[in-house]
Amino acid sequence: MQQIYPDERGRYGDYGGKYVPETLMYALEELEEAFNAAWGDASFHEEYQDILREYAGRETPLTFAGHLTEHLGGAQIYLKREDLLHTGAHKLNNAIGQVLLARRMGKSKIVAETGAGQHGVATATVCAKFGLECKVFMGEEDMERQALNVFRMELLGAEVLPASSGNKTLKDATNEAIRYWVTNVEDTFYLIGSVVGPHPYPMIVRNYQRIIGDETKQQMQTCCGALPDAIAACVGGGSNAIGMFYPFLEDNVKLYGAEAAGMGVHTAQHAATISKGTRGVIHGSLTYLIQDENGQIIEPYSISAGLDYPGIGPEHAHLAESGRVEYTGVTDEESLEALSLLTKKEGILPAIESSHALYLAFEKAKQMDRNERIVICLSGRGDKDVETIRRRMEGESSDE
Amino acid sequence: MNKATNVLTVEEAATRASYPLFVPFIMAGDPDEEATISIALSLQEAGAHILELGIPYSDPLADGPLLQRSAQRALKGGMSLKGALRLIRTMREHGLTIPVVVFSYVNPVLRMGEETFVKEAASAGANGVLIPDLPMEESSLISTFAKEKGLSVISLVAPTSAHRIEKIASQARGFLYCVSSLGVTGTRDAFPDEAYAFIRKVKETSTVPVAVGFGISNRRQVELLDGVSDGIVVGSAIMKIVEEQQEALTSSNKADRNQALNEIKTFVSTLISS
Repeated sequence: MQQIYPDERGRYGDYGGKYVPETLMYALEELEEAFNAAWGDASFHEEYQDILREYAGRETPLTFAGHLTEHLGGAQIYLKREDLLHTGAHKLNNAIGQVLLARRMGKSKIVAETGAGQHGVATATVCAKFGLECKVFMGEEDMERQALNVFRMELLGAEVLPASSGNKTLKDATNEAIRYWVTNVEDTFYLIGSVVGPHPYPMIVRNYQRIIGDETKQQMQTCCGALPDAIAACVGGGSNAIGMFYPFLEDNVKLYGAEAAGMGVHTAQHAATISKGTRGVIHGSLTYLIQDENGQIIEPYSISAGLDYPGIGPEHAHLAESGRVEYTGVTDEESLEALSLLTKKEGILPAIESSHALYLAFEKAKQMDRNERIVICLSGRGDKDVETIRRRMEGESSDE
Repeated sequence: MNKATNVLTVEEAATRASYPLFVPFIMAGDPDEEATISIALSLQEAGAHILELGIPYSDPLADGPLLQRSAQRALKGGMSLKGALRLIRTMREHGLTIPVVVFSYVNPVLRMGEETFVKEAASAGANGVLIPDLPMEESSLISTFAKEKGLSVISLVAPTSAHRIEKIASQARGFLYCVSSLGVTGTRDAFPDEAYAFIRKVKETSTVPVAVGFGISNRRQVELLDGVSDGIVVGSAIMKIVEEQQEALTSSNKADRNQALNEIKTFVSTLISS
């Protein structure tokens, strides 16, 4: 029997903890108490499940990718369709859970960070539904790259605030959101978008995302009467991956995490935190991160804005160290190759983030038997990436 | 080891000072190493009791825009935790005799290793450490090493600390850093009214002197804190002058440099002299 994580200090093995200014410590204590009370309360789960079903569109289907399976000639490939969730990605599961928590705590103002804008859109969506004031910090650079998502958030009534420090991307947006929270901690709820940050956030987000894995387990029983042999998910901060993996941690199922190798792990242009990172603290949590020899954080790179983060959730750091999950870097090019293949063979356009998991899973599937099954967490749809893909493909053809 | 003899411990300096115990913060390496040494010596001359030396960090969560910019300049100039510890050694050689508290975010310290950091800091001539993102729950390891080497680990207490105040105060060494109000570092014209009640409560609980920081920039604030706290920590207001005077501070002309240093000394004297 595996030990239950996090422990009472908010640790997953060595990782996690609460490395934040004293100003936030009491707020984290309150948050943990409120979360535990809600999680132990049947009426909270009832409300949460109702909204997931009637508003968000759960459960999401588990799709057998027949043509692709035939094409690759290995294991049977199943897709967990988080891309079909309202707003187009798994992020909504967590946003709904945390907004319900904020309401229980009597907080009417929400602040969040966003990279590509998926979490920002999910948060703005739920705030619109519940009439909460919503501020979203977004790196200035990302605001330019993802102008359409900025407009979407504004349409939903959120205020999008530019983070102009550092490289002006997700890391800096998170810094600004935390600084804002430090200043307005008494009436504001910080709605973090991944399994990162100080305890209890990684635990809260995991618990609101585990529905992905719980449903998958049941759907596999229904369709095949068995557990899958393997599961793959992409990992930036790691919320869709932990949500998918968590219910399977004690089962005999191979778990694969795909991190962003950008231009390649041998270059400086990557976001492969587990493969190339070292131990340290980022955004309040002890984990692996990309840093220099003096402990200064280095800006990561990936074509996918959702994986472009220099840290990783502390539970992933622990699962990597224990060997329970195998993490592998997938490059920009490889992920686009998988994206293209899935689109052509199955008529599903995946997000570039999810395409990292697809590539890794395809490689694994080819080496597996035809009677084995692999599930991929298709964490989001690719509509948001069409412009990036088009530019990339045109750029490549003009280079040639 | 140090050329400067008779350096007091943080607690001795804090206890002996009459109001206001004055703890200036400066960023190591902003605008450059040489200027940092001159600024430190000028602050000592102007009446500083303890110097807080900031280590620049890429992601300073507790800092406002002014200290973020300051850290960026220092990092650009190549400053690091190791470099800052070397700088303390040099400051001691140039006659800095007041206690020095190393102010660093936790990640550079972990990267160096907590034990190595404490050992190196003590050997360089530092007397205390302050890690703003290391709350008491996470600080036991570094406190153990610091105790062995005679360094004070400075604790922070915030307006939102609530029931935590007593426990933090009971562990406090050197002086207790009382965060005046919510938010990040940076100047504030005045504190909210409830700040004074909070600081009084901290003062009643603490067994070591209490210094108030975050937002102190004018004489009026210092007067209002008289009788409420034992002293003040001033960072952004000083680094604002450093930012404005960065060219003069790095000028090859000695008169320009002295003029800039005088600006800092004049500010300090308006702030603290009775």
